[in-house]
Amino acid sequence: MDPAHQGSSIVLLLYIFMLAAFIGFEVIRRVSPLLHTPLMSLTNAISAIAVVGAIGLAGKAETTFSTILGTVAVTASMINIVGGYLITYRMLRMFKKKEQIKK
Amino acid sequence: MNELIRDVCYLAAAASFILALKWLSAVPTARRGVLIGVAGMVLAVSGTLIQKEIVEYKWIVIAFVLGTVVGVPLANIPMTAVPQRTALSHAFGALAAALVGTAEYYLKATKFTHFELSALALEVVLGFLTFTASLMAFGKLQELIPTRPITYKNQNIVNLGVLAAAIICSVLLVLDPTKSYLFPIIAGLALTFGVMLIVPIGGADMPTVISLLNSYAGLAASAMGFVLDNKLLIIAGALDGASGLILSIIMCKAMNRSFTNVLFGAFGQVQTASSGEVEQRTVRSATAEEAASFLEAASSVMVIPGYGMAVAQAQHKVRELFDVLQKKGVEMRFAIHPVAGRMPGHMNVLLAEADIPYDKLLEMEDANSDLPQVDVALVIGANDVTNPAARHDKNSPIYGMPIIDVDKARTVMVIKRSMNPGFAGVENELYFEPQTLMLFGDAKSFVSDLVKELSGGGGH
Repeated sequence: MDPAHQGSSIVLLLYIFMLAAFIGFEVIRRVSPLLHTPLMSLTNAISAIAVVGAIGLAGKAETTFSTILGTVAVTASMINIVGGYLITYRMLRMFKKKEQIKK
Repeated sequence: MNELIRDVCYLAAAASFILALKWLSAVPTARRGVLIGVAGMVLAVSGTLIQKEIVEYKWIVIAFVLGTVVGVPLANIPMTAVPQRTALSHAFGALAAALVGTAEYYLKATKFTHFELSALALEVVLGFLTFTASLMAFGKLQELIPTRPITYKNQNIVNLGVLAAAIICSVLLVLDPTKSYLFPIIAGLALTFGVMLIVPIGGADMPTVISLLNSYAGLAASAMGFVLDNKLLIIAGALDGASGLILSIIMCKAMNRSFTNVLFGAFGQVQTASSGEVEQRTVRSATAEEAASFLEAASSVMVIPGYGMAVAQAQHKVRELFDVLQKKGVEMRFAIHPVAGRMPGHMNVLLAEADIPYDKLLEMEDANSDLPQVDVALVIGANDVTNPAARHDKNSPIYGMPIIDVDKARTVMVIKRSMNPGFAGVENELYFEPQTLMLFGDAKSFVSDLVKELSGGGGH
């Protein structure tokens, strides 16, 4: 890749980061303090998207070292994906209004 | 073709993650938010799995199974243990980022551009330090290691020195990627710094620290996106990073402290001196029977729960009190301080689990505007967040901290084991106010006595 092109792709990635950070701030600022614990477990599950990088390592079979690290990383991410989504859903089911509890 | 499918999957996943967080903002839509988050994750993983470069599925399948086997029980822990679980999941997330970074470095160290290598160094440093820091936070929350802050002379200088050394080594490595001997040094320094960062942190600062670690874990994932040129990772990591940062800012504001003060202040250990001339002031105490008659005569009751309530496992008894008072036509609501509990929002989850309707859980500002009209304020396991000294006593270590204005209620009742000062080591003025009644005893047994009194004879 020629230097000029490479530079513009770096800036593109930085733009994406900046826009995502702003969206994150705006969206998350509106989350009710009531739900801050589920918010943290949900964002934790979402950031376990790192699994896609780990899958690449575990599945490309390049070196034994990279396969081992990749497999451990996929496992760690999968724990967060499964555990994170499940516990968030479980917590959210606990938040009920008065009428719903009466039933 | 496969690549196009993958890229479209990633795009859809990024959109669904943003929607997931948007829908999480209110209870009625929140569960839908989780479902679309799951959908996004499934799309992204499927899109990745169909790539030609993936030639070996054995290890991926094994890892999926292992992760599920560990993940499911971790989702079914009691709600009191959620802070520990969260710390542990930050550790897993950070470990994944750090390991991917490590493997990528050894695969193609010299093929990276300076920019990619800088991102990789950031990913590895953040990943490894968040890994050990989160494990330490887990240990403290689980009480495997002492929860009190541990400090020693020049601690901050030593800590910053370790971090500085890690950064200098990273810069050297970026300038000359062939110096691979630097890599284990960077990893070791980051791992060490993570441990040292949490050593001086006390239990009550955990809400801030957990939020901060959340942010670091997200930024590590985002840095991984820069290394792998993966826009979905950048976006998801940035969302997580922003969320953690917002939560830690909220926590810091709720304690009227700065980041640096939380991380380097080792709050709450030798501050008893400031309560200087403690004159022998008298407190009024009351029995469960007397307290019950106050509650019965009230038309509105505000409960101020603190971590002590969770420690005593009193929330289900509190729910019984809620029911019995409701039957008698007494309105009982809850005033939740932002730092109540061991992580942001923890108290709300504990009370929701005990089947308290969530519309009875008030944020601090709303509770404060209602408190002057409240007949009885009942403090259960909270201390510093109710201390009026935070409003007017400039010498108090908690001066300026936003508090719940419990003292404005007509009658105040405080369930407490003894007169021992709270976490900040500060005497609570509230206990000496003329309208305050101290109810000495364990939170759980005292509340159940109250329930017995109220449901038994039906008053006096």
